[in-house]
Amino acid sequence: MEKLLEIDNLSVQFHTPEGVARAVDGVGFDLHRGEILGLVGESGCGKTVTALSILRLISSPPGRIRADRILFEGRNLLDLDAEDLRQIRGQEISMIFQEPLTSLNPVLPIGRQVAEPLMVHRGVTKREAYEEAALWLDHVKIPAARERLNDYPHQLSGGMRQRVMIAMAVVCRPKLLIADEPTTALDVTIQSQILYLILKLKEELGMSVLLITHNLGVVAQMASRVAIMYAGEVVEEAGVMDIFDRPFHPYTQGLLKAMPRLGDRVGRRAGRLNGIAGTVPPLTKVMPGCKFADRCPHMFTLCKEKPPGLFALSDGQHARCWLKDYPERRKAHV
Amino acid sequence: MSETPLLAVHDLVKHFPLGGGVLSKARAWVRAVDGVSFNVKRGESFGLVGESGCGKTTLGRLILQLIDPTGGSLEFEGQDYTKLSRADMRFMRQRMQIIFQDPYSSLDPRMKVDSIITEPLRATRRVSRAKRREVAVELLERVGLQAVDLDKYPHEFSGGQRQRIGIARALCVRPELIVADEPVSALDVSIQAQIINMMEDLKEDFNLSYIFISHDLSVVEHICDRIAVMYLGAIFELAPTESFSVAPRHPYTRSLLMAVPQPDPHARAKPLSLEGDVPSPIDPPPGCTFHPRCQHTFERCRKERPALVEVTPNHYVACWLHQKGGGKGEPLCE
Repeated sequence: MEKLLEIDNLSVQFHTPEGVARAVDGVGFDLHRGEILGLVGESGCGKTVTALSILRLISSPPGRIRADRILFEGRNLLDLDAEDLRQIRGQEISMIFQEPLTSLNPVLPIGRQVAEPLMVHRGVTKREAYEEAALWLDHVKIPAARERLNDYPHQLSGGMRQRVMIAMAVVCRPKLLIADEPTTALDVTIQSQILYLILKLKEELGMSVLLITHNLGVVAQMASRVAIMYAGEVVEEAGVMDIFDRPFHPYTQGLLKAMPRLGDRVGRRAGRLNGIAGTVPPLTKVMPGCKFADRCPHMFTLCKEKPPGLFALSDGQHARCWLKDYPERRKAHV
Repeated sequence: MSETPLLAVHDLVKHFPLGGGVLSKARAWVRAVDGVSFNVKRGESFGLVGESGCGKTTLGRLILQLIDPTGGSLEFEGQDYTKLSRADMRFMRQRMQIIFQDPYSSLDPRMKVDSIITEPLRATRRVSRAKRREVAVELLERVGLQAVDLDKYPHEFSGGQRQRIGIARALCVRPELIVADEPVSALDVSIQAQIINMMEDLKEDFNLSYIFISHDLSVVEHICDRIAVMYLGAIFELAPTESFSVAPRHPYTRSLLMAVPQPDPHARAKPLSLEGDVPSPIDPPPGCTFHPRCQHTFERCRKERPALVEVTPNHYVACWLHQKGGGKGEPLCE
């Protein structure tokens, strides 16, 4: 498959009073045309910062983005000037955010907000843009879309606002949609509607999607490949089946075991959940070895001394873990 | 049921006025809780699930008398406590405590952990300072923190640790019933598992009963013995967990269960049939409040509200499909 986006060795640092925070520390992955890549991790692992730095949306200072390259269709986004970057934002790559109430402009009607990218990027007249905006709002299932062009975001429910955001993001038919926790603020029944809408639009427009989420259920239902992040690093990357069927990294395994699943109780009393002991290290902490070592049940001396690389395990599965070279260190009953 | 339940809720109603003021009348009423009845047995974990705005949090607050009900009664071991004086209610609150969702806003940032944990003790009993400190140390260690943490402020802790502090505070007066309002919703999955396990241990050690309020079905299913599903201020289905998971009866419960994205990429679900949003509790639909979104709706659903009736032993459903003479022939059981 053809590569749409290639990220190599991306690091984002923030200068804080507590020291340099390494929010993203050497992240790299490829995104192929037409695929949904799930970027998964817990709060503070750097998944949102990774996404924001693709479009260079991190303000500097305090942030500093460094990468070997961020190639989008062969062009390095890091080399583009402001005008070229503006052409890409919202047209070639667009983004939807977690909280639609804060990401929509509260003082502009929704029709105007959906029409704006068309006027900016396509140079169409206001009338044409509004006409197309109405079609898109209807397409994302806003009821009576044409009559609602002059509604303001506060007049809509959370699910409807997220639909408006999605319409805004896709009006220019982008090649890549970055969806940052698009359903986290929504109820499950609404979440399921929105996920289905994203899938449908992806097929219709032939988009690729970078889906950022902490919810493993959402990833299992949506993604074709998954990258798991921990403390600013990708710790495992694999096809979605491999991640769930034979996770390699102890953190991936821990995450999968920690979540309660529906139907677990059927036929037996609840077992205990396997939480991962300890907490995520502060981003300012300098660690010579593996960042997960302190919480890892298999930890041995080398883990504390030398950081593991992202080792290839098999076709398409990679893990950042010394157990690749020392499989005998893996404890059987954890 | 021969024994007196620990908590009995009878036809509880809470309507909040909308608009209006000291001199003017309310323009409308939000029917947050609209006729809810259930019992909680001693030693039981009772789950309340529902989407945002279904009234589950209001119900939790009503049970603790943090707000006054519009109608109905609440009994603790057979004693109606809705009409108690403030002083008597204060005494009553030693027997029931609450844990809140947001571990950031539910702890006073200007109080040290020591004072936070023992505040319920100061409010209800005369206990010496030294004794309070002793209690605080014991509780803190019981929830997995250390004595040295007593003199710290809330901002020095992570979300999971703060939730532990909130739990220690609730345990301080040795309550019999704890209302846990979304206690793990703000936490990452690995930390969530730690807290759930701890809550299960504490339940045994302190002989607690829980009312566990959550929007997350898999968490509720894991921890609870019985589950009630709420929608627009009313209970739609109430059943023991096993029978709830194996044979959910109400169409809303089924949609809710189906909407949860399963962490299994081999079982990709087809998109959900449930359309639209939850209607406004200011002007709920007539008849069954779910009828505009239900795919089984027939004439009677639009006119009459179904009562919560026992369809199989201990399994209660409020749906005309499941009631003899409901209007659609014999009850639909599968």
